[in-house]
Amino acid sequence: MSGISRRNFIQITGGAAAVSTLGVSNILLAGKSAGHVVIVGGGIGGATAARYIKRADPAVQVTIVEPNKDYYTCFMSNEVLSGHRTLDSIKFGYKNLESMGVKIVQDYASNIDAGKKHVVTKKSGNIAYDRCIVSPGVDFKWEMIEGLDAKVAAEKIPHAWKAGPQTALMRKQLEAMKDGGTVIIAPPPNPFRCPPGPYERACQVADYLKNHKPKSKVLILDAKDKFSKQGLFMQGWKKHYGYGTDNSLIEWVKGAEGGIIEGVDAKTNTVTGSVDEYKGDVVNIIPAQKAGKIAFTAGLVNDKGWCPVNQQTFESTKHKDVYVIGDSSVASPLPKSGYSANSEAKVCAAAVVASLQGKDPAIPTLVNTCYSVLAPGDGISVAMVYNFDGKKIQKVKGSGGLTPMDSSPAMRAREEQYAHSWFRNITADVFGG
Amino acid sequence: MKLNKKVLALLVLGGLSVSGNSMAGTPSALDLANTCAGCHGVDGSSNGPAIPSIAGVSPDYFKDAMMDYKDADGRYSTIMARIAKGYTEEEIGLMAGYFSKQKMVPADQKFDATQAKAGAKLHKKYCEKCHEDGGKSAEDDAGVLAGQWTAYLHYTMDDFTNGRRDMPKKMKKKVQKLQKKDAKGMEKLLNYYGSQK
Ligand SMILES: Cc1cc2nc3c(=O)[nH]c(=O)nc-3n(C[C@H](O)[C@H](O)[C@H](O)COP(=O)(O)OP(=O)(O)OC[C@H]3O[C@@H](n4cnc5c(N)ncnc54)[C@H](O)[C@@H]3O)c2cc1C
Ligand code: HEC
Ligand code: HEC
Repeated sequence: MSGISRRNFIQITGGAAAVSTLGVSNILLAGKSAGHVVIVGGGIGGATAARYIKRADPAVQVTIVEPNKDYYTCFMSNEVLSGHRTLDSIKFGYKNLESMGVKIVQDYASNIDAGKKHVVTKKSGNIAYDRCIVSPGVDFKWEMIEGLDAKVAAEKIPHAWKAGPQTALMRKQLEAMKDGGTVIIAPPPNPFRCPPGPYERACQVADYLKNHKPKSKVLILDAKDKFSKQGLFMQGWKKHYGYGTDNSLIEWVKGAEGGIIEGVDAKTNTVTGSVDEYKGDVVNIIPAQKAGKIAFTAGLVNDKGWCPVNQQTFESTKHKDVYVIGDSSVASPLPKSGYSANSEAKVCAAAVVASLQGKDPAIPTLVNTCYSVLAPGDGISVAMVYNFDGKKIQKVKGSGGLTPMDSSPAMRAREEQYAHSWFRNITADVFGG
Repeated sequence: MKLNKKVLALLVLGGLSVSGNSMAGTPSALDLANTCAGCHGVDGSSNGPAIPSIAGVSPDYFKDAMMDYKDADGRYSTIMARIAKGYTEEEIGLMAGYFSKQKMVPADQKFDATQAKAGAKLHKKYCEKCHEDGGKSAEDDAGVLAGQWTAYLHYTMDDFTNGRRDMPKKMKKKVQKLQKKDAKGMEKLLNYYGSQK
């Protein structure tokens, strides 16, 4: 990409700007022992938190524990399925974070001892922390679908709800499929990561079919009766993929009408619903979700399987000095999205730095946006601004909302360009560069 | 967690704000500005290809833009109206202060050198008066054109000429004159702004 030198430049000027706005106090503080923050998970939440702690106070030591060498963004991974972008274009490394002084420990955190204040790792021993930030993303409730587990998903029935090898597997399956085949996409019940994601995926897969295998179709077997941006999606399905006609490329079966699935036979690609059986040529089951595994081991979850936090700081209400951000945390009214995780990480980073400096936490401010690309040249969005009422995060009345249903094709083309701009800017904000 | 006196005082102030919610207080300029980075780039310098950079604009231009977005009959946008409505005038003022102090990193984008050269001449003649220093200056409260993403400038000129955004009267005169003289003049101008580093 041509932007590399420019990105480095941003990083340098960004750093300088951070110092100048924060003033002298931080530079003086830098001499003292500023503390050690250990971050579990180098995804969207974790990497953002690391960068923003360093921007606020370079003297704070930051360590990220992350098992993977590279991170593949889920966002825009649906465009890998359609063939509009490569897997490489959604791959990000940790070099820029390291050059900011963030230490990367390539390992898996198996527990957090909140009493002794250390993170237990698989191979690298215990890592002591002053503050710990946990951003492990989601884990799956495999038990809700008979015949499905992590191994089956990795080899045959990809969820592709964590981008990377399973995105590549599903793309390969789509390419290998004969014309006239059926692609089953089974979205999970609420709450889950990226509420519009499965329906954007249906668009991207349908776009591929339209151009390469026009006799095929996407069959959405939904656990729910309604979904995010539904009006806009259905309008887009009609416009681009013949939705509602006899040869529609997309069919949607809602939960109440047999969409809920209970099992899968990976050998025959047969999905068992509450009413019918369905056979697919490519089967993409996105299982129901809960907080990442470490949140359970470390005792950070509530009885629903998500992590309650103080919404001013994202400190866990279960363990002191442990913070949970991203998909795992209970950040509602924010949805589980990448923009949310990025925004939460900034609030949390500021709160952690304030707490290490013995200061009161600031008043949080957050934003969420989710773009979806319905077809080349057609994008839609949802946005919201959030503030803090003294106890919890709330939507700012009058702000946010969806792309209007009557927005013109020219404006929808702009939104697609803006979606791709968002991708470039948020990934630079998260991983640097 | 301590709800200290300052926070309580701000609670009262927050109650008077125009946003309609009861708020615990006003966030800092930095914290507010950081929420924009996911779309506008770190410290307001966008990686493109279309979302504009907002670093280095004048505080007045910034405030006007945000207040116009908030206004139901104001400036057209695909998404900014939905975002701008989330902030009070005070918060917008804080962000104006922050972004105006950031240095805009010029867009790294393709341009046609011949057109850009012709554009430089047209700029002097038609635009320099209010977009000084080749469109680099922020002091005219007219945005920063040099180094802005060309796709965004295209959209904006399209909004101006189609009435989706109010064009300053005198600018309109110049733009109309230019279009009469040279139908491809705007293309040349935008190549010129896109060429500036
Ligand atoms: C198809 C799809 C499309 C999407 N599109 C959008 C979009 O357009 N816009 C948007 O805003 N969001 C989108 N999202 C959602 C977004 O990707 C997630 O909400 C976001 O990644 C959440 O960030 P996180 O930090 O919570 O988790 P992640 O980004 O998943 O990061 C978690 C990290 O933690 C690591 N980890 C987990 N457990 C451990 C452990 N025990 N020890 C060490 N490391 C660990 C993992 O390896 C991973 O790197 C999309 C998601 C999907 C699936
Ligand atoms: C979801 C992405 C997104 C977010 C978040 C966002 N913006 Fe924007 N911004 C845009 C887009 C796109 C435009 C172009 C107008 C449009 O179509 O909405 C824009 C335009 C602007 C402009 C006009 C620039 C000019 O040259 O006139 C300003 C000012 C601005 N945004 C400020 C902000 C501020 C401040 C924030 C954070 C509080 C913010 N934006 C958050 C996408 C975003
Ligand atoms: C008489 C002064 C004047 C002249 C001459 C003028 N402009 Fe402007 N221009 C302005 C002002 C003022 C604004 C800000 C308008 C607003 O706040 O909405 C502006 C805004 C713009 C913007 C939007 C910037 C953004 O970030 O959204 C563009 C693009 C632009 N002018 C291009 C031009 C071009 C090209 C010319 C020459 C053909 C020109 N202008 C001539 C006064 C002028």
